[in-house]
Amino acid sequence: MNHLPLIIKREYLTKVKNKSFIIMTVLSPLIMIALFALVAYLSQLNNNKERTISILDESGLLSNVFINTEHTKYNILSDISLEDAKQLVEENEEYGLLYIENRQHIFAIAKAIKFYSEDTPSLTLLSSLETKLEKKLTDLKLLEDGVDIEKLKSSETQIDIAQESFLGEQSSKTGNIMKLAFGGLAGYLLFMFIIIYGNMIMRSVIEEKTSRIIEVIISSVKPVQLMLGKIIGTSLAGITQFLIWMILGGVLLTVATTIFNIDLMQMQTSQQEIVQQAIENPDTNAQAQIIFNEFRSLPILNLIIAFVLFFIGGYLLYSSLYASVGAAVDNETDTQQFMMPILVPLILAVYVGIFTVIEDPHGTVSVVFSYIPFTSPVVMLMRIPFGVPIWEQLISLGLLIGTFMFTVWFAAKIYRVGILMYGKKPSYKDIYKWLKY
Amino acid sequence: MKNALVTNSVSKNFGDFRALNNVSITVPKGSIFGLLGPNGAGKTTLIRIINQITMPDTGSVLLDDQPLQPHHIKDIGYLPEERGLYKTMKVGEQALYLAQLKGLSKAEAKKRLKYWFEKLEIGDWWNKKIQELSKGMAQKIQFVVTVLHQPKLLIFDEPFSGFDPINANLIKDEILQLREEGATVIFSTHRMESVEELCDDIALIHESNKILEGKLIDIKRQYKTNTFEVGLVANNEAQLTKIINDKFTISPAVYKSLNDELKLNIKLKENESSNDLLAFLTSNAQVNHFNELVPTVNDIFIQTVKNN
Repeated sequence: MNHLPLIIKREYLTKVKNKSFIIMTVLSPLIMIALFALVAYLSQLNNNKERTISILDESGLLSNVFINTEHTKYNILSDISLEDAKQLVEENEEYGLLYIENRQHIFAIAKAIKFYSEDTPSLTLLSSLETKLEKKLTDLKLLEDGVDIEKLKSSETQIDIAQESFLGEQSSKTGNIMKLAFGGLAGYLLFMFIIIYGNMIMRSVIEEKTSRIIEVIISSVKPVQLMLGKIIGTSLAGITQFLIWMILGGVLLTVATTIFNIDLMQMQTSQQEIVQQAIENPDTNAQAQIIFNEFRSLPILNLIIAFVLFFIGGYLLYSSLYASVGAAVDNETDTQQFMMPILVPLILAVYVGIFTVIEDPHGTVSVVFSYIPFTSPVVMLMRIPFGVPIWEQLISLGLLIGTFMFTVWFAAKIYRVGILMYGKKPSYKDIYKWLKY
Repeated sequence: MKNALVTNSVSKNFGDFRALNNVSITVPKGSIFGLLGPNGAGKTTLIRIINQITMPDTGSVLLDDQPLQPHHIKDIGYLPEERGLYKTMKVGEQALYLAQLKGLSKAEAKKRLKYWFEKLEIGDWWNKKIQELSKGMAQKIQFVVTVLHQPKLLIFDEPFSGFDPINANLIKDEILQLREEGATVIFSTHRMESVEELCDDIALIHESNKILEGKLIDIKRQYKTNTFEVGLVANNEAQLTKIINDKFTISPAVYKSLNDELKLNIKLKENESSNDLLAFLTSNAQVNHFNELVPTVNDIFIQTVKNN
């Protein structure tokens, strides 16, 4: 008798009707948006603070570098000693004092610039000051050496290496970033999905054990069926939740941007700027064209099919392991020791994906990890936007399916025995023995 | 087709541990079969093998003379000792789900559940969650779910635990009723008085081996000691005791009685009959109490397990 649909239905409905599931589904996007808004607000708050910085320029060369901005005011001091200046700054509760000592040589001046302040100054502020001073001093030095700055500036060339594959596909750096974003998103989505819903499966197995219903159920259905039903039912609930999050997230984002119309204005101006630039500058226009072409030339169909296949394969691989961990223990606190071997390859996959695929999507490390079944779903999904030959994908997928069948078999063995074991917390040795029961 | 269930030399090992060693039992059709044994003897393993939860290493199981197959699941109803229900699921939904897993259609399951819920007067629990019910209440629902698909073979592991005497009696009557309707019942328990009351046949498993099996009455005959418990009234009890002691083997007896009387257990030899004893006693004293000591299942259990 095939009870799989019945089990899937029950697992799905119990998950979806569960109060905490509903609350999570509705609240998570709200909380995320609220968090983003809060962070945005806080950083704005931080930037909005007006700072006054006093400049004591004994060289007299650099005073005209400092132009007041919205958030930073410069107060140029003169005819005052350093000590007095420091005292003044402290009394006026200004942010700090930039002191430029007078020296003979421009390089000597550059070496002797100091910033005095009560607290450690902000790094961004310091580096912006440094950039300003460097630029001015470089210009001064060039002038001193008799170099025509105008000429120098006009002879500066910008290079943007155009990329083209042997098959004639054009690409660009922006395109690469887009590919990374696609791959990264797909890989990360899978990673998150495995962690969230793998845990959910594990908990639901433990629940059946602790409520002692398990023996009643498996006198009617095969444990493997129950396990697969659980995995599939929970995944469907997960997909439902993800879809709701996406829709809700989209709606909320629109609403939020409408409410905080400042953000919207900013977005509009920046968009307008881009559009204007594009019109003014034919180069950017061409660039946009390339990006658009590139988007179209992304192996979209391949990407979608691979995403679905690797997602399912990777998810089933890991979730069957989660289910067997749930079957092996009596309560959630005992799961810790068995979680490590599951989490390590998963995290490894994400790190390898992020670091080596960016570095070189077709390098040895990337390729090897996109074959190893425990890391391949994440790494391969990150590689595919960069163009992976179909045969490579097929080999990787074949290995994944083979391993998946093995882990399901393995998990089912542990599951079958584990669900009827109560009391003693099992060791790895016990679990090895179970395989032979 | 005399036997509902037969196991032939069933053995099962868990690693180095032998949980069952060549266990053969025969459960006659329409009987209530007591599966007895100390804790950890292997009863649950045997029951799980019958339910196809565990596979035997060697040996075979025949249900209605057919080797056990997956489709037989719907012919068996099993109430495990370790039992429970989904805590957060509603009673009705849950019962429907479990019934459907046993192969009933949803409509049929609903109809039968209505019947049982009314019969056991639990109709208004339909929309309650299990966590709102007491343990005894949940047990009732488990019982209903076990018998709902009208299985030919029912297996109850400690069915009365958690029930008050009234509900235990209710369940007992239902079990007897199901037997009347043609079901065979395997009954595993440590409560010997229920075995005494309900079982036609028993098997005793001890340390993975079956050490005793048969009709309860035959086993009792086999274990009987030909001892009679008597209560006598006489003027001189000491003298009476001496007279009896000269002729028979006696020991003091303990039982509850309304009269003040001499209480003795008298053991007869093979060739002596109860009538001989009664005639002898009536000629010497007034006989208030005369009762053959039938070995209880409890005695048989303890004696057999100790001897093995």
